[in-house]
Amino acid sequence: MTDQKINNANMPEQPDAPCPPAQDMHPSMKEPFVRMTKRGGITKRQRVAVYIICFILALLVGALMLLAIGKNPIHAYRDMVVGSFGTAIATAETVRIAIPLLIASVAVGFAFKMRFWNIGAEGQILAGAIFCSYIVIHSINNENYIGKIPLHLLMVVLAMVGGALFGFLPAYFKTKWETNETLFTLMLNYIAIQYVIYLQSLRTWQHPMSTYPKIVDFSTFTEGKVELPRMFGVHIGWIFALIIAVVAYFYLTKTKHGYEISVVGDSLNTARYAGMNTRWIQIRTLLISGALCGFAGYLQVAGANHTLTETSAGGVGFTAITVAWLAKLNPFVMIPIAVFIAMLQKGSLFIQSTMRIPASAADLLTGLILFFMLGSEFFIEYKLVFRGKQNISPIEQKEVAA
Amino acid sequence: MKVLNVIINLINAAVLAGTPLLLATSGEILTEKSGNLNLGVEGQMYMGAIAGLAGAWFAEQWFGTGGMIPLIIAVIFSFIMGCISGLIYSVLTVTLRANQNVTGLTLAIFGTGFGKFFGEVLGHKAGGFVAVGQETKAMFGNINFGKLTETPFIGTLFFRYNWLVYFALIIAVIMGWYLNKTRSGLSLRAVGESPGTADSAGINVTRYKYGATIIGGGLCGLAGMYMSMVNQKGIWVTDCVSGYGWLAIALVIFSTWSPLRAIYSSIIFGGLTVMYMRIPIPGLPTAIYMMFPYIATIIVLILTSIKQIKEHAQPASTGLNYYREER
Repeated sequence: MTDQKINNANMPEQPDAPCPPAQDMHPSMKEPFVRMTKRGGITKRQRVAVYIICFILALLVGALMLLAIGKNPIHAYRDMVVGSFGTAIATAETVRIAIPLLIASVAVGFAFKMRFWNIGAEGQILAGAIFCSYIVIHSINNENYIGKIPLHLLMVVLAMVGGALFGFLPAYFKTKWETNETLFTLMLNYIAIQYVIYLQSLRTWQHPMSTYPKIVDFSTFTEGKVELPRMFGVHIGWIFALIIAVVAYFYLTKTKHGYEISVVGDSLNTARYAGMNTRWIQIRTLLISGALCGFAGYLQVAGANHTLTETSAGGVGFTAITVAWLAKLNPFVMIPIAVFIAMLQKGSLFIQSTMRIPASAADLLTGLILFFMLGSEFFIEYKLVFRGKQNISPIEQKEVAA
Repeated sequence: MKVLNVIINLINAAVLAGTPLLLATSGEILTEKSGNLNLGVEGQMYMGAIAGLAGAWFAEQWFGTGGMIPLIIAVIFSFIMGCISGLIYSVLTVTLRANQNVTGLTLAIFGTGFGKFFGEVLGHKAGGFVAVGQETKAMFGNINFGKLTETPFIGTLFFRYNWLVYFALIIAVIMGWYLNKTRSGLSLRAVGESPGTADSAGINVTRYKYGATIIGGGLCGLAGMYMSMVNQKGIWVTDCVSGYGWLAIALVIFSTWSPLRAIYSSIIFGGLTVMYMRIPIPGLPTAIYMMFPYIATIIVLILTSIKQIKEHAQPASTGLNYYREER
């Protein structure tokens, strides 16, 4: 996973970049039954049509799996929507799931845009949660001497430092010795999880009455100081998440930093020739990426859970990868996609209780949708030409894609 | 004597814990030799784990007996399921040219969901939780070599394992031979190093990539079966694979893409994962102790990246798709 050759087919960014003119493959003696040629470009409408078809196909395959276990897929899908948006409470819960997901997706998207495969969002979220919990515990053990606003400010700063540290380590080694960042970030996830388990066993972090290794409920022990205020039934983290997504969009598309990130992602060598400090760009971006995840960790502690557990990140780091990629690394598009994936997760919890369908159906469906979306890229870049046919209409191609 | 016993028991436990790592690492080495960087091992293991357990359980229901038949069906099912996962990966990356990293990560997410989903469904079906019978369980237990097993030290060191341990060793040795001594292995390595060159030499790049990734996936499926049938003794546990798939990918780097070196590196890592149970260090909390394999992985990653030796490096085209028209 070292060097950065540019593969056109895999570049999610630059959706409207002009493709080279259509050229057929080298002339061969006998025409193959089916061959592929590069498209001369595709309209936005065609592109959307391909995505929609792939999305429907993914749902169909999911439906087959539900049928295989003897459940009615139509009921299941309907219940998922009802269970996630049917009531105000359900909607609030769905949004609550979407908050860390959106922030982590934006963070992961930064790194992915540079082809830095950060799969450690999970660990970075936990690192943020751990760091900001330290100050809460310190405050609790010293008669809550910190006021509400200073406490939150300290928590935010610490959480971002924690997340940034976890982003910095792999970036430092990757840029210095090309250390494999995928596994590095992944191992940090496990280390963070183990560390939380360790904290749970500490007397000073436990509930005084508890015999079970569990960290105290911050809300009761800080007289509610730790709790974030709510707006429309959800903690105000959703406002921050939206702001982050919008700012990230402008950061990536309108600033020098954003431009540098795309050049590094397209070709490290080009960036070097252009005189960019590629090492600093990568480290800087991972610091930001980690800090954002750390902030999501803070929101989990202060907004969602009011405590710290080893599941505080709860798989968000991995799901964020799917969200980021489905959104083609565009932070704006991540907003609806994060909400959609949150809907799948909340909805699958609902059908678990109503239809006894395991909640992991959400992961299954998420994976399927991403599989189909990954496959669909091919049909956007290339078209298939069958023997004897010179041209093929876009409509027919979608049938081929199907 | 007591110290020696502890060490020998630790080695025994390390080999048992390292076997799924060895199977998955061998599979991933084969895959990466073709230039496909499959990050989905964790998911493939989950798919193999549930397929193996489900196969054994259904075989017990259908044939009404435990023992050999469920064993064979478990092996076949988990291998085929692993192959299917490899096929999904190959179709997406080789034919449809999707990004290898993201496809692998998706496979990890999908496979984990797949395993947990069908594991729970099977649990509902079995009325609570899935567990295979004693006879089937015994097939995955240690082989009785009679006197040899009873020999002090030697017995524990070499003859107190289940059959998969020996099987994994044989696979690793065969793969080492295949990659280094056969013509087909040479072609495979050529595909991984430089698909353009291999293509010019008349090697069918697509076929090699598909073949290696699918067989490699099958081995990962078997590794998953080890987790559910041996480690969990034929009972479905939701987190049964618990990161072994990721460790296997790290081990590929640690063993520098050599199945033979994977043998000892998997035993070392197996040892690291069980050490906290065997050799308690006073004053060291268990949770911190359990970080060891992960910290060791990071250290290994850093060290191997610092001293890169050319012959021991990753196949040059790993992670990059092959575009014939851009040759």
